[in-house]
Amino acid sequence: MSAGQSFWEMDELRLVSGAMVILSVATGALVVLPYLLLENVKPPAGLKPYTNEQLAGRQTYIANGCVYCHSQQPRDIKQAPDFARGWGRASVAGDYAYDTPHLLGTMRTGPDLLNIGARQPSKDWQLGHLYQPRAYTPGSIMPPFPHLFEIRQGQAQAGDTVVKLPPAFARPGEVVVAKPEALALVAYLLALDRTYPALPEKR
Amino acid sequence: MDLTVGILLGTFVLSVLALFFFIWSMAQGLFGTGQSAAAVIFARNEFGIVEDPAATAEQQGDLQQEMDPNEQYYDYFDEAMLAATRDRLAVRRRLRADADHRSRADQSSAGVVGVCLTLAVVWLVLASFAGLISSIKLHAPDWWVQYDWLTFGRIRPIHLNMVAYGWCSLAGIGVALWLIPRLLKKRLIGAKYALVGGALWSTGVFAGTVAIGMGYSEGLEWLEFPWQIDILLVIGGALVGFPLWLTLLRRKVESLYVSVWYIGAGLLWFPILFVIGNWPGLHFGVQQATTNWWFGHNVLGLWFTPLGLAAAYYFIPKVLGKPIHSYNLSLLGFWSLAFFYSQVGGHHLIGGPVPSWLITISIVQSMMMVIPVFAVAVNQHMTVLGNFRALIYSPVLRFVVLGAMMYTAASVQGSLEALRSINTVTHFTHATVAHSHLGLYGFFTMVMFGSIYFIMPRVMNWEWPFPSLISLHFWLVLAGFSIYFIWLSIGGWLQGFAMLDEKTPFMQSVALTLPYLQARSIGGGLMTLGHLVFAAHFFAMGWKFGPTRLGAALLEPSMLLRLLNKKVAA
Repeated sequence: MSAGQSFWEMDELRLVSGAMVILSVATGALVVLPYLLLENVKPPAGLKPYTNEQLAGRQTYIANGCVYCHSQQPRDIKQAPDFARGWGRASVAGDYAYDTPHLLGTMRTGPDLLNIGARQPSKDWQLGHLYQPRAYTPGSIMPPFPHLFEIRQGQAQAGDTVVKLPPAFARPGEVVVAKPEALALVAYLLALDRTYPALPEKR
Repeated sequence: MDLTVGILLGTFVLSVLALFFFIWSMAQGLFGTGQSAAAVIFARNEFGIVEDPAATAEQQGDLQQEMDPNEQYYDYFDEAMLAATRDRLAVRRRLRADADHRSRADQSSAGVVGVCLTLAVVWLVLASFAGLISSIKLHAPDWWVQYDWLTFGRIRPIHLNMVAYGWCSLAGIGVALWLIPRLLKKRLIGAKYALVGGALWSTGVFAGTVAIGMGYSEGLEWLEFPWQIDILLVIGGALVGFPLWLTLLRRKVESLYVSVWYIGAGLLWFPILFVIGNWPGLHFGVQQATTNWWFGHNVLGLWFTPLGLAAAYYFIPKVLGKPIHSYNLSLLGFWSLAFFYSQVGGHHLIGGPVPSWLITISIVQSMMMVIPVFAVAVNQHMTVLGNFRALIYSPVLRFVVLGAMMYTAASVQGSLEALRSINTVTHFTHATVAHSHLGLYGFFTMVMFGSIYFIMPRVMNWEWPFPSLISLHFWLVLAGFSIYFIWLSIGGWLQGFAMLDEKTPFMQSVALTLPYLQARSIGGGLMTLGHLVFAAHFFAMGWKFGPTRLGAALLEPSMLLRLLNKKVAA
């Protein structure tokens, strides 16, 4: 601050130091404090780590951007009827102990999926629904994912997982076979089950 | 829990103190007008002289006539100049010297600014198509499903990243690099670093977009690019910021104009946000979610908003030839924006599994945002007040002032949407998407359009070849965006109520949005069309199409002489 400069005048030093102090405060509140507070949160007893296949499915979930339409964070019954819709109890930090990157989501163009494995445990339903959502949910605006499946003319080969589509959607002479990505994704979806009781908040 | 209660209490106290400080300083009359720092953007005796390089000669004349009655600015004329009024040759010489000086400043940044803005326009067009495809896919889910990279879950983040890091960032950087030499009255030093930086940055955006298309997203909104690619953006961003600091340290001006604060701080904040947000292996679970939204909201508040406001703070007074309403108010606006905006990210997680004190802090600070917002609003709108007719004559002002108004609207809406009761309805719905477009499109993109219309004639030394295309662009994007915003907001709001009603089946909340999603596609289509007009005009200028015109009209001596004669007569 040079002589004759008023108290209000702004110079480089004030700009840089002020900007940095303010950013540090915000980073402290929103990044560092949560880090310190959540670092030692233990996974609840009912929560199992993901298997390798489930983790691969989680990558498929990420690669295809499921998070842009599906949240994974049921809200408390006092705020919203998420529980009544069968989406599960309000989630707690421990529920996400194995979730990196987090997939909490910000949109509910489709329903919340934190407990989809408990709500819809049928592998056949999940596979068919990924292949053509409207075969199972009329009016759905979810995209189909044909790139996770293969269409075979004639018979399926040994070891193939054939998608059992509703008759109206199955084409004669063709079988739809799930690729490993689809199977992994379904394995992940079925693992989304946080219906065990939440542990009391850590003291 | 004592610690967290303490933090919460501390934040409350700090915020309330800030509010009282604001009221006190208002009462003390600290926010008067006429500070010399506000005059930095004008050359000697340039007050009262309008400047809009995108205006036709006729519009420029009308604009000047509109501003002529602001006689209070005659006080800024220096005495020597007044004495010399009758010596027209001397006046011309002085004006020519000022004009040459500014022209040298403009030329020093022309190359790098031209490159950044050209890349930005290319990204804008690509991003518009990505957005339009995403929008259509939401109401026509079986359309174009044969390519995996076009699935909604990939083309939507491709849209977001192209807009955020391609169009908005490169446009903002280009505008900032052009403003710096003008504001510091010094040739841009180290423009070649910025040129390399811009190229690296754009390469990074391209690589990141391809990565998302191939399914290599990192899965976090706003942070999708794989961290290996982020390195390109970090190095590119640092190289772009370098000339700013080099030039700043050798500036010729005493006072730093408000735009310089915003640009300087933004260029400091963004790299830090980006590096912390993207650091691999550091974040986990719910903590990562808070970091995600600390980043997601700060990239708006501490990167795009500063760049957009910097441009608005320059172009509004510059076009009007009238200094900003209050220097001290802009000071308050700047610091309170930095303080409050940086802590609002938690409002994206209301109702989520995050500590409640964190969410409360963010809600409180979201409400406190009304202080900087009103500081900026009062300042910018008071400058235009009384001269709204200028919007008719000045294409630049039309975009920038509309953008500044949408900034106010988006911010007030944002504060309200952070309230728990309103957030419960709008969270997880399309209303949030509409809101984010009000900020990044209504405010930021509009301001960038206006800025580019001002800057490019100076960069190219060539006037916009087809002025009617500027109007066409304006009305297309205004109509398109109005449809987009209004209908999507209504649809999202209804969707939110449907989801909150336990007895309404979930599928009904999907079905009822369909007409609104279709309306959004129509609005988005008009916006895309407007962008094509804009891009075509931009490249037509680049290839020097259109009727031959005079080179850039810098300072119009005859206008000043007219003003001076009036002053002498008065």
